[in-house]
Amino acid sequence: MTLFGIDFTNYVELAAMILFGIGLVLLLVDKNLIKKNIAFAMTDSAIYLFLAAKGYIFGRRAPIIENGITSAEAYINPIPAGLVLTGIVVSVACSAVMLALTVRLYRRYHSLDIDEIIALSQKERDQDGTGGNV
Amino acid sequence: MSRLTERLHRMLHADDRLDREMAAEWEEAPAGKPASLPPEEVNPDTPAEQPDWWISVPFRQGRGLRRLLVVLSVLLCVGIITVLVITAQYLPHFGQAGNPANNEVSRRYIENGMEETGAVNIVAGMILDYRAFDTLGESNVLFTAVCAVMLLLRVSADKRRSAAYQLELETDDRMYEPKNDLILRSIARLLIPCILLLGMYIILNGHLSPGGGFSGGAVMGAGLILMLNAYGFRRMERFFTIRLFRAVTVCALSFYALSKAYSFFTGANHLPSVITPGTPGMIFSAGLIPYLNISVGLVVCCTIYSLYTLFRKGDL
Amino acid sequence: MNVLMILLLVLIISCAVCVAFTKNLLVAAIVFMTQSLLLSLVWILLESPDLGITEAAVGAGIDSLLLFVALKKIHAIHREHGSRTKEADL
Repeated sequence: MTLFGIDFTNYVELAAMILFGIGLVLLLVDKNLIKKNIAFAMTDSAIYLFLAAKGYIFGRRAPIIENGITSAEAYINPIPAGLVLTGIVVSVACSAVMLALTVRLYRRYHSLDIDEIIALSQKERDQDGTGGNV
Repeated sequence: MSRLTERLHRMLHADDRLDREMAAEWEEAPAGKPASLPPEEVNPDTPAEQPDWWISVPFRQGRGLRRLLVVLSVLLCVGIITVLVITAQYLPHFGQAGNPANNEVSRRYIENGMEETGAVNIVAGMILDYRAFDTLGESNVLFTAVCAVMLLLRVSADKRRSAAYQLELETDDRMYEPKNDLILRSIARLLIPCILLLGMYIILNGHLSPGGGFSGGAVMGAGLILMLNAYGFRRMERFFTIRLFRAVTVCALSFYALSKAYSFFTGANHLPSVITPGTPGMIFSAGLIPYLNISVGLVVCCTIYSLYTLFRKGDL
Repeated sequence: MNVLMILLLVLIISCAVCVAFTKNLLVAAIVFMTQSLLLSLVWILLESPDLGITEAAVGAGIDSLLLFVALKKIHAIHREHGSRTKEADL
């Protein structure tokens, strides 16, 4: 199915790419640290959506063996599902560490704005004459 | 061309004018503290001492430069999305059986999965038997994340006993949640056993139905978080201390590593193990998979609970 | 299932756009949680129940929970995006 010159047969992959793009723009443009964390997790979700869409086959069931049918024509590809399972958990771990860093940065500089934090740390570095924290 | 450079020049140097305006605007602000912040150790996070940082901080990035960077980054992302969307049209079609991703590896996993691993759930058999090393790495990532968050957020014991910190904890709780809430306690008394039981069911049946260590561990962790919220820190501290956390995670990860470490010494090919797969469909079949699921589930449960309580309280 | 899948994907993208444009941090966290939930439904439609249950428990549950707890820790539950703390936050 073609609309405006774009082929929409791979609509799941297209949606994943658009989600990735939105996450990337938000990560680069927005100044708030919490929004950056959310955008990072959103980008990860987009990649998992793309990967899992690679394993789907029309008309076949989930990869859990039922009634003893072990032919490969009855189930979808299980490998991308295994990869994404690992990825989801790693994404949560990264998010947790980033949020802990955000909390520490807020306690130190009392701001969630990354421009302010960089400016404050540079000012501190100029004042002290030694290397700052950021 | 010179008009373009002139506009660019004006945009990039708009920050001087802006700095002067901002300084004039904030001269009326009460000049309380000096611009540098007090050091971290002396001052817990009391909201009464907000230093006036805005008095004389020179912004290195002016507004004009920031706008240029925003435009450039949006253009970059639009460029990336365009390239990706064009590539999406050349990808193999979604959901066709003849895709290059469906090759002989998936055929082998599906056809011989049940007899070689004994697991009815092919994905669980794959991540805990054929590709068990990846799952070990993932559990280690969770453990490392908790260690990192502990380094960042843990509050030492004598600081926790200080009056300012206790006052802050009290006021935080009273502001956002009622303490010893009757509804929460009664419902939690009914729900927590069901949640923990559901988590254990999901973990144990990981190789027979959808689920496995990660989701089951997450459900159990959520049950523990509910218990913490309903009954308070003191009661949870009675049985979930840092020593228990350390013991459980280290034992679980070591068990996982040791039980699959033989292949380092016997070669990478899957040797027939002494633990037979058993009959598919029973709970204690599938060789080592239920035990590995249990250890992964314990690691995930402890991790999730520890992350929550490190954020809330500052200690385990 | 085609129509349902397209509807869910459109909703996920609109959740992402909503996160981008909102100024309230609590709204951003809640909408992100909704996006995880819709993504969990997409996994079920793509015939991977393992991913569905894991995303629902871990993504929509734990990830968003950590966001809320972090927002509470920095006293940003009622604060707007980017504004300074105006009064004592108690």
